[in-house]
Amino acid sequence: MCATCGCGDEAAPRVYSLEVPGLDVPGQEVPGPQAHEHSHEPGHSHTHDGHTHSHPHDHAHPHADGHSHTQANTPELIPLEQNLLAKNDLLAERNRGWLAGRKVRALNMMSSPGSGKTTLLVRTLTELGDRLQAGVIEGDQETSLDAERIRKAGRPVVQINTGAGCHLDADMLRRGLDALDPAMGSTVFIENVGNLVCPALFDLGEAAKVVVVSVTEGDDKPQKYPHMFMAADLVIINKSDLLPYVEFDVDECVRRIRRLNAHAQFLVLSATTGDGVTAWYDWLDGHPSRTETRAGSLAGPLEESLTDAH
Amino acid sequence: MHELSIAQSLIDAVLDKTAGRAVMGVNLRIGPLSGVLPDALRFCFDVASAGTTLAGARLLIDEPQARGHCRECGTDFAMTDMFLLCPCGSADVAVVSGRELNLVSVEVA
Repeated sequence: MCATCGCGDEAAPRVYSLEVPGLDVPGQEVPGPQAHEHSHEPGHSHTHDGHTHSHPHDHAHPHADGHSHTQANTPELIPLEQNLLAKNDLLAERNRGWLAGRKVRALNMMSSPGSGKTTLLVRTLTELGDRLQAGVIEGDQETSLDAERIRKAGRPVVQINTGAGCHLDADMLRRGLDALDPAMGSTVFIENVGNLVCPALFDLGEAAKVVVVSVTEGDDKPQKYPHMFMAADLVIINKSDLLPYVEFDVDECVRRIRRLNAHAQFLVLSATTGDGVTAWYDWLDGHPSRTETRAGSLAGPLEESLTDAH
Repeated sequence: MHELSIAQSLIDAVLDKTAGRAVMGVNLRIGPLSGVLPDALRFCFDVASAGTTLAGARLLIDEPQARGHCRECGTDFAMTDMFLLCPCGSADVAVVSGRELNLVSVEVA
């Protein structure tokens, strides 16, 4: 506490007074404790190593011995220590519980725009027919063009338009699930907004994250958008029919993903011609869900759901 | 621009905890591997906080260094990107820090 006027840590906790682990990073401003100058006019201002603030309160100053103050507004520091995505993560856990309760498996499909997610889904839903009981939640900034393509495949589909939003979040998925009302034991494909950046950060409560990258995008995508590939459980390299015409090294792409993500699985296929899609169907048949590894107690119901679905 | 969503989450979280009191400062800890860019978040915070009790609040962002631990050679080292590669050449690396995305505290009047 300041010996002159009584202001200081205890009376007026400040932003810089917080002991934050790692704050002593070189170049980070760490003002020393109370090395500051005063000017004591009413409504006086202080300088604390580099920043200034003013006190709008009046001081009653009996300056004889141990002066006392009457302070109307004492700033207060409220410690919170919570993740910035805590609310989303909580909603995602609720989704996960809701899905587990209905034995529904949700797969979060992510990619850049135009990589072929919708084409892959339409082919999957058409070819698997009744083998796979599934619905789709379509995320796009605008339009229901993709949802219409899914509807033509004869499957229940819900469109979520995010407007300016660049990703789906857990609350959007909850609303989508409410609208879709998936059957017990079914699969829900969540087609996220086409974007290799933002969707990677938002847990939706899905069983697995599937990232689609097409060979026309370049095999350096994993290096350029590492968060997305770090988050992936399965990476699908799509448009393999175009490999003879583009410079895309499949092995190099896989190597680059491996350097970010030790557990991802890989498939190479063409959603347009159907080459390689059998492996994707096998994955859908036999995939152990992420929920299973996160919470062992949920393994039973979800495993049953895979069986029930086919 | 996911920073806009994050700024909105941040503002909602602070509003929840401050019960209408004017917010003077917000302290965050954002690691370089978190996927959130502090400058973009500052920009979005200014836009999204307008008209709330957080308008004009100082955003102080602590950016801890990212560190990895090599399971092969046992050393801890500074990570400059997200690639899990120890200077010894091993890719068997655990991320020790750098993914933080935390609301640490708020200063209210």
